[in-house]
Amino acid sequence: MKPFDADAVRKDFPTLVPGGFAYLDSAASSLTPMPVIEAMDAYYKECRANVHRGMYKAAAEATARYEAARAKVARFINAGIEETIFTGGTTDALNALARTLGEGLASGDEVVLTEMEHHANLVPWQEEAKRRGLVLKFIPVTADLTLDLEAARALIGERTKVVSVMHVSNALGTVNPVKEIAALAHAAGAVMIVDAAQSAPHFRIDVRDLDCDFLAFSAHKALGPTGIGVLYGKRALLEKLPPYRFGGDMIREVTLTSAEWNDLPWKHEAGTPNVAGAIGFGAAVEYLEALGMDAVAAHDRRITAYALGKLSAIPGLRVVGPTAGERIGAIAFDVEGVHPHDLATLLDREGVAIRGGHHCAMPLMAKLGLVATARASFGPYTTASDVDALVRGIEAAKRIMQA
Amino acid sequence: MEEELYRENILDHYKRPRNFERLEGAAGFAHENNPSCGDVIDFYLDVDGDRVRRAAFAGRGCAISQASASMLTEALKGRTLEEARGFGEETILALLGIPVGPMRMKCAMLSLRALKSALGEAKSRK
Repeated sequence: MKPFDADAVRKDFPTLVPGGFAYLDSAASSLTPMPVIEAMDAYYKECRANVHRGMYKAAAEATARYEAARAKVARFINAGIEETIFTGGTTDALNALARTLGEGLASGDEVVLTEMEHHANLVPWQEEAKRRGLVLKFIPVTADLTLDLEAARALIGERTKVVSVMHVSNALGTVNPVKEIAALAHAAGAVMIVDAAQSAPHFRIDVRDLDCDFLAFSAHKALGPTGIGVLYGKRALLEKLPPYRFGGDMIREVTLTSAEWNDLPWKHEAGTPNVAGAIGFGAAVEYLEALGMDAVAAHDRRITAYALGKLSAIPGLRVVGPTAGERIGAIAFDVEGVHPHDLATLLDREGVAIRGGHHCAMPLMAKLGLVATARASFGPYTTASDVDALVRGIEAAKRIMQA
Repeated sequence: MEEELYRENILDHYKRPRNFERLEGAAGFAHENNPSCGDVIDFYLDVDGDRVRRAAFAGRGCAISQASASMLTEALKGRTLEEARGFGEETILALLGIPVGPMRMKCAMLSLRALKSALGEAKSRK
């Protein structure tokens, strides 16, 4: 594994180049490097045409770049081409899955989620449960802010049809044992969905190794553009799964009264896709592969350890995160006497960007007896100086608010 | 320099809120909150005829939400209900005296929402 130089990497990110800006909100959205921007621009400048349809050169070129991007994303997670569906993002994919899997579920069927889920992996299932009389169950969060695997064993049973779990918590940084949970799901005859929005950007994902049935993540958290993501599904399941959206491209033949679906993956991609977005997504995973996901993970661990050391030394600062097991570089914390929104505003004045709020995990916050926390999160471009700027900013905020 | 002054003002109201008490039985009462960040304001209007005798509040949350509530209670004292009904976004922004970005608007306007709600109640109580 070859470590990379984060200071050199930073030069590829236009919003970091001017300097004086410590971007510590990568969990909300990562920054975008020039090769990704250039790849998207190139589509608009060089081969602007629709995909899969035209008979002319530009259309062929556009299609080639779009499908090449799919192949890159598939390789990134060790999936097959037919198993790699472009989506509008993780929220889009999880909504589609809840609806389309829901069609095969009956009243009384159980869906197991967790107490730490992002609203995108909770609310769609709440709606589907209302629609179909499903029973939702929740794997609890323990005192050390990890998932209770013993409780999971008890919750996943013969009535369970779907288990859907976030791989990494955006609010806590906790890495969940999704491989073990997938095994429990399969033993009970249920399908396993993994929300990889916060994991895919931080360490290598291998869908075969995880043996999940479905997995989704977004490009914009993995150095890619907004508005595009990927849904992986095991081939046999995607064949069986009804389409979520209908229209052009996802059909093979249409009469006035019937339609025949296209082959995978296109069966699940209706309409003109986000072509530039997909091409940008391909360029983003290429950029990450060039850094090497093992190196990305090692860098993440290094910066996280540095940050945890520095933050824990600040009096009145409490880190809200797992005290056991693995974690990624998203550190939630609260500072006595400084409300997260005030902290974020004061840090903004120092050129430091963090997040303050419920992180789209209100049930988790409620369980922890919190309403909002501050969160600093890292990417491959994050350096120790960024963390130092954060620490200086927190100390300044404390002085102002506690004077 | 000027920004520092205003920031002192907000911090002063945050740490030493004016009229920070519950006026049980007041003519106007409203409870407002921002579930996304935990700001809570209980707003009280003590009315005498067509005038605000006193305004008070209890609450917790970020500096901007609490300071604007405190400043609002001071600004309301002795005003007619008509004048109070005329209070709007610009009133709050003028009281805070700093530019409030779109992300903090909800915090700043929480007390205004509470005032509007309490006025409605005061009116119906009469």
